[in-house]
Amino acid sequence: MRAATTEPDRDPSPGGELRLVGKPLPRVDGVAKVKGATAYADDIELPGTLYCKFLRSHHPHARVLSVDTSAVSSITGVAAVLTGQDLPTKYGIMPTSEDERALESEKVRYVGDPVAAVAAVDEETALAACRAIRVEYEPLEAIESIEQALVPPVDEPIHDYGGPANIHRLAALEFGEVDDGFARADHIREDLFFFEGNTHLPMEQHSSIAVDVGDQLTLWSSTQTPHYVHRTLSRVLHLPMGHIRVVAAPHGGGFGGKTDPFSHEIVVCKLAMLTGHPVKCTLTREEVFYAHRGRHPVLMWVRTGVSSDGKILAMHFRTALDGGAYGSYGPASMLYTGALQTTTYDIPAYRFEGVRVFTNKAPCGPKRGHGTPQPRFALEVHLDKIAEEIGVDPVELRRRNYVKPYTRTVNWLRITSCGIEEVTDRVVEASGFTRRTRRPGHGMGFAVSSYMCGAGLPIYWNNMPHTECVIQVSRGGVTLSCGATEIGQGSDSVLATVAAEELGLWPNDIRLVTGDTGLAPVDLGSYSSRVTFMAGNAVRDAARRMREILTGVAAEKMGCSPAEIEVRDGKVGELAFEDAVVAAQERFGALSTHGSYTPPSNLGGSFKGAGVGPSPSYSYSAAVVDLDVDPRSGELHLNKVWLAHDIGRPINALAVKGQVEGGVYMGLGEAMMEAQAYRHGLHKQPSMLDYKSPTFLEMPEVETILVETIDPEGPYGAKEVGQGPLLPVIPAVASAVHDALGVWVDEVPVTPDKIMRALDAKAKGRDGRFGPKSFPDVPYPTMVKVAPPDAAATAL
Amino acid sequence: MLRLPRFSYLRPGSAAEAAQLLAEHGSQARLVAGGTDLLPKMKRGQVEPEVLVGLGHLGELRQVRARDDGGFDVGAGVTLSEVGAHPQLRAAYRGYVRASALVSSPALRNAGTIGGNLCVDTRCNYYDMSYEWRQAVGFCMKKDGDICRVAPASATCRAIASSDTAPVAIALGASVVLVGPEGEREVPVASLYQDDGQFYLTKADDEVLVSLRLPKPDGWRSSYVKVRSRDSIDFPVVGVAAAMKMTGPVVEACRIVLTAVGPQPLDVSGAAEALLGRELDDAAVEEVALQAAKPARPLDNADLGYVWRKRMTRIAIEQAIWEARTTSSTTSSRPA
Ligand SMILES: Cc1cc2nc3c(=O)[nH]c(=O)nc-3n(C[C@H](O)[C@H](O)[C@H](O)COP(=O)(O)OP(=O)(O)OC[C@H]3O[C@@H](n4cnc5c(N)ncnc54)[C@H](O)[C@@H]3O)c2cc1C
Ligand code: SF4
Repeated sequence: MRAATTEPDRDPSPGGELRLVGKPLPRVDGVAKVKGATAYADDIELPGTLYCKFLRSHHPHARVLSVDTSAVSSITGVAAVLTGQDLPTKYGIMPTSEDERALESEKVRYVGDPVAAVAAVDEETALAACRAIRVEYEPLEAIESIEQALVPPVDEPIHDYGGPANIHRLAALEFGEVDDGFARADHIREDLFFFEGNTHLPMEQHSSIAVDVGDQLTLWSSTQTPHYVHRTLSRVLHLPMGHIRVVAAPHGGGFGGKTDPFSHEIVVCKLAMLTGHPVKCTLTREEVFYAHRGRHPVLMWVRTGVSSDGKILAMHFRTALDGGAYGSYGPASMLYTGALQTTTYDIPAYRFEGVRVFTNKAPCGPKRGHGTPQPRFALEVHLDKIAEEIGVDPVELRRRNYVKPYTRTVNWLRITSCGIEEVTDRVVEASGFTRRTRRPGHGMGFAVSSYMCGAGLPIYWNNMPHTECVIQVSRGGVTLSCGATEIGQGSDSVLATVAAEELGLWPNDIRLVTGDTGLAPVDLGSYSSRVTFMAGNAVRDAARRMREILTGVAAEKMGCSPAEIEVRDGKVGELAFEDAVVAAQERFGALSTHGSYTPPSNLGGSFKGAGVGPSPSYSYSAAVVDLDVDPRSGELHLNKVWLAHDIGRPINALAVKGQVEGGVYMGLGEAMMEAQAYRHGLHKQPSMLDYKSPTFLEMPEVETILVETIDPEGPYGAKEVGQGPLLPVIPAVASAVHDALGVWVDEVPVTPDKIMRALDAKAKGRDGRFGPKSFPDVPYPTMVKVAPPDAAATAL
Repeated sequence: MLRLPRFSYLRPGSAAEAAQLLAEHGSQARLVAGGTDLLPKMKRGQVEPEVLVGLGHLGELRQVRARDDGGFDVGAGVTLSEVGAHPQLRAAYRGYVRASALVSSPALRNAGTIGGNLCVDTRCNYYDMSYEWRQAVGFCMKKDGDICRVAPASATCRAIASSDTAPVAIALGASVVLVGPEGEREVPVASLYQDDGQFYLTKADDEVLVSLRLPKPDGWRSSYVKVRSRDSIDFPVVGVAAAMKMTGPVVEACRIVLTAVGPQPLDVSGAAEALLGRELDDAAVEEVALQAAKPARPLDNADLGYVWRKRMTRIAIEQAIWEARTTSSTTSSRPA
């Protein structure tokens, strides 16, 4: 790795040189995980635990006429059975789409929709009991595609809200004078793209265990958002939040798949309350495919007008998302497919029309990059095609349109630190992209992207901080409590490193209480790449406050000014850290400090839909993919991926590299093979053998290049890395295939089959392309015209 | 997670006793060797034996023996990893060893046996699914139902022959020794299979496969080419075995056997007659591959699309022929 060096002159740390931040340190949870000592939710064993299994719909769409559980009571070992009647309250992560029930009693909307649940002495008994439940269904027409969802249903719509037909949400926004921009353009190009859905595939299957004792309900769960689960449990179980504690157990990966409140989380709580026993549920791998909330399939149409020198004058972007059976994060996902086109390119006039439809498939939601990998794929490939058409080098075309730091986009997003030029330079240079020699079947592709460092707004409206943290110091050591949730991405290590940096300790000196709604103050959760940026700031503030207390006391003892006190290597000035703590306690009693973070309020616009896209900062990534394609089979062999990422500043350079490599890996899987495909209304391959995801043999070498832009608001200048690096990889693969064979596969995944079909078309003298042929008619609402920010607001 | 259903486990003292136990328990019983095929299927309710007759502990099945006639007997209980590590087998039966090395993953090859591999169940993505999934799509004739979901007009199941080693064993002219309650018999591997994905083996249910008899190499060179999504784990979606005997550069004999393109391995050696008595060249190999691929009938019951799989059959045949010709024992894997 070519980690950039820290630049002390731009160092925003008042303590001067950074001792820990930026270093490639081992993770605080690393040893336990490698040794197998970490207790994941499924490892938690409590005395008297009962095991829960679900009866799920085997119809894609049907009315539930009756649920007969009478045969269950005679089965020995069964403790309780639940049906929809027991949990009637609707919920959903977005306040506008509360359309789920923990168990459906009126209607099922996809194969896998939960209908009943049983708690028993073991899983076998619970499963046998589920199979003994008799459900009478009246099957309804199954909605299996975007096109079908847009026309009036034969039977009835999937939900009783939204519409017309099976439309969930619509948007039509225009920023600047788009028609005018097209009128002035020298070249106009239109393209169609399709991005197939795919799923997160975390190694750990979702697991939850609940116990209800002494009027306190506790749930340990593999959730990325314990706070939102907490709120949902309170609502659905009709319990005050003060009587519920949700603990995010260590995760074997989340990637967005554990960000919704889930049926099994609610059901184990209800069963624990009913039976008085701990109740556990661990989903099978097949059930994880049904829990889903993964990448939306998106059909896209894009039209761009450029001047003769390749400057973008206007862009019109249309997306249609196949949302699956429930709302989930859908309204946000839909808006995200139109929001971040402008954070890489200066688009002076921009129109976005989006629609999300319901279909009878497992619900889609947020997956790494939430709603932006699909349009990023379309946009980057579209720009490649424009570049080819007007005879400009694809990298050069992009450079001519790059956003500038400290500006505001046409859709009102505030851009601050921005390393798009540097990531481009570095990745092009390292890969030799522009000076490569050509050989048959070999191709290279380039793409850029950007991603948010945390959403500017919470999911439900409130004015409280997005993250809060408390640091307590005593004879017992340093305890940092923060709701931020470690999902394997390394957030615990980041928080410990920040606290240790400020307190002159080592990360392992910090005891962490995280992801726990009972013992730690609220953090909104591990989604939208927000934790390092937001919780990192909160922890730094809390730690600095604690440092001030300790240096004040030490200065008094030493008879000097606090500014002269160095805090490092376990010492506060001349005092050992522990002695400084004793001195401070003698003076002040119990010692605790707090920190919190609320994003600035000026990040975006004020139009309807403006809540999606604003962020306190954006990361930038650029990728070059190098591959060979066999022109007879269409099979890809990846040689290498270079990925340059504007990290602001790494808190832990090793963990950052891990996230880059993980993002590249996931992007390659989506680009080449992953597909949450359906057949006859049914998930086609709900197993890890059949859902093809790359393994080590498909994974090429990755060269990670970190670019530091020292963000003015991120902790120590840090920005996100959890999601951004995935984004440019997918279009870069498609672009490399085109570079190798001269054909375009405008549909993800880019499989051998599609490559051959594009080659066949080319051989027959047709367009060397595989991809969608049309975009359906969508009843978009009246365009909301938003005046772009004026010049004064544009230059920040 | 998916749980194994309850079953009794019997531990016979010999292969003959195993056959007796099978006869006694009839359709309730199944042999289990490495269990890498059978046990996952039991978890998904695809097979529901009440009695498992274990073979893993039987030393008699775990021998590799050089015969006086220059051939080898490989015990059914020898693992795929052991085949791969056997110096004499590696030298004499390159294609067979290669095929066993391409089965699934290292961990599964350490447990999976060559007997289990020859008897491995046919595959279909309407069948290799959980009970609940199959219930949702509708059961099919291979288990619990009465029609074929892939080819509804078909009177027989079209699940895919998926053994990697079977086509090479056939191309080499190998046979298997079966022990039944009535005694022992030897049958060519080629006649162990039939064109029915449900009843894909011709042997009686109470016969135990005790060994694979590989004939004397006698100048035969073999190869195996496997097409799949991921080289680390996946079953074949097309597999081609070739065996060739040459005099100098001239082809004296050539056999080609396909797998994963229908319910049984397909011997398409007839198409290779065009190569006999001549040297290989691109045009001849391409023509033979075109003809040899004709009987392949991939259906929409595996990944990667059946049109593409059909196209790949031809390409894999070409590659298998070229690889069989080379004398080096370390041929490259696909893609070349
Ligand atoms: C993830 C995964 C990937 C796989 N990939 C491949 C692959 O790429 N290629 C491939 O060919 N296979 C593959 N397999 C299947 C399997 O691992 C191998 O075929 C293995 O060789 C089977 O051997 P076994 O000893 O484990 O068989 P078992 O599971 O013990 O038995 C398999 C079948 O053969 C019968 N049987 C076993 N021994 C005998 C005997 N001596 N006489 C008569 N009948 C017998 C059993 O009753 C059973 O029906 C895969 C399996 C998994 C789980
Ligand atoms: S080929 Fe037909 S009968 Fe055989 S397993 Fe598949 S669907 Fe069932």
